[in-house]
Amino acid sequence: MNFPENLKYTKDHEWVRVEGNIAFIGITEFAQGELGDIVYVDITTEGEELAHEEIFGTVEAVKTVSDLFMPVSGKVLEVNKGLDTNPESVNKDPYGAGWMIKVEMKDAAEANALMIAADYKVLIGH
Amino acid sequence: METTSEELKSVALENKHISLGAKMVPFAGYLMPVSYSGLNDEHVTVRNAVGVFDVSHMGEFILKGEHALDLIQRVTSNDAAVLADEKIQYSCLPNDKGGIVDDLLVYRMNEKEFMLVVNASNIEKDWDWISKLNTKGVEMKNISGGVSLLAVQGPKAILALQKLTDINLSDIPYYSFKRGLFNGEENVVISNTGYTGAGGFEIYFPNASADKMWDAIFAAGAEFGIKPIGLGARDTLRLEMGFCLYGNDINDTTSPIEAGLGWITKFTKEFTNKAALLEQKEKGVFQKLVGFEMIDRGIPRHDYQIADASGTIIGKVTSGTQSPSLNKAIGMGYVPTTFSKADSEIFIMIRDKAIKAKVVKIPFYKA
Repeated sequence: MNFPENLKYTKDHEWVRVEGNIAFIGITEFAQGELGDIVYVDITTEGEELAHEEIFGTVEAVKTVSDLFMPVSGKVLEVNKGLDTNPESVNKDPYGAGWMIKVEMKDAAEANALMIAADYKVLIGH
Repeated sequence: METTSEELKSVALENKHISLGAKMVPFAGYLMPVSYSGLNDEHVTVRNAVGVFDVSHMGEFILKGEHALDLIQRVTSNDAAVLADEKIQYSCLPNDKGGIVDDLLVYRMNEKEFMLVVNASNIEKDWDWISKLNTKGVEMKNISGGVSLLAVQGPKAILALQKLTDINLSDIPYYSFKRGLFNGEENVVISNTGYTGAGGFEIYFPNASADKMWDAIFAAGAEFGIKPIGLGARDTLRLEMGFCLYGNDINDTTSPIEAGLGWITKFTKEFTNKAALLEQKEKGVFQKLVGFEMIDRGIPRHDYQIADASGTIIGKVTSGTQSPSLNKAIGMGYVPTTFSKADSEIFIMIRDKAIKAKVVKIPFYKA
């Protein structure tokens, strides 16, 4: 499994890519494998200000449903429209085409506090 | 089901599944494969070619003796008297409170011997229930622990399995079986049944032959692209057919009449709770189990609430999924009889939002 070094990770199996005060957020390769075939990514929080740990959406696999949590506080600037028609991108390319939201961070220090790849690998016993 | 790993039982092929890279989960007290290559891929394999499910966790009881049929008639809802040798019947065990102890298959081995195939999670409950009603000394044997069961399902199943036996499989009609030599093993039960609507057979044999049997079936099916299939795809395949799953769609409190199982509830004979069920049938029931498909986007799940257009809660989802064959979200649930006609508009409460759906006829998937 692949866990890119340039990303930060959460205990909820999400990744964060920081670009200045902007964060791109998705779920990890481990998470998509655990969920199985993803059939629907339900995110209706575009434009909303959400706090760290608040639910920003839900990912539905054939057999399971899982909430998505804000890894950082901020405003949801954009939702990945591509997932509407191709939710399977989350399985195939979790760090690329499978990204979920773009967030304007309230406090960049929150992102710094997240796990680095090596720590996340320990968490999932990889 | 809450079970710790220490309490989990093993099917004979557990190590085989692990070596094939299956995701293993606790199910009905066993560690069972839920998926291998991925649920959608497995589902499509069964619909289009052939796949193998290890369902050895299922329970098998042998009922033998002069009064075996009499006992079966009293505990089950369907009429087992119509069974000839080598015939199978879908049936249920009604309880005395209006609900269902379990659903099951009844195999007539001969006039005085029957095999009952029951859900893994209900083996003990069923055994106790039937034993309690066994007042005429029918010899009962629970052979569940020693029997392995592989469901080989899909349009190519018959071609693959025919290589392993001289019994002409096309001579075994749906809900019929033969017992004989299969892959060198005597007394194998080859049953034209399944839980997928994809065609195929279920093969019963002793645990000791499990590895040999699995390998032979996979060798025979290689040219057809045979794959191992987990319980995840078993659930999506059965749901596309509108088959009930005990614990989801039917349980100790749901009536067979409400569940649409009137066709296996025969009032021409005596059985547990007959009078109350007959009254339901004659007077009509308040609620019914229906199939529905989502019109607006969302996926129904077990226990989600069902509402009417005014927002009043009218029922509950019992099973739901994204259908891999139909590429739409489908489900089953109980609704008041007034909403049970096809095209009735209902709403599924998904994360506090009412998402539009409509009642449809089952099966959802038509081959």
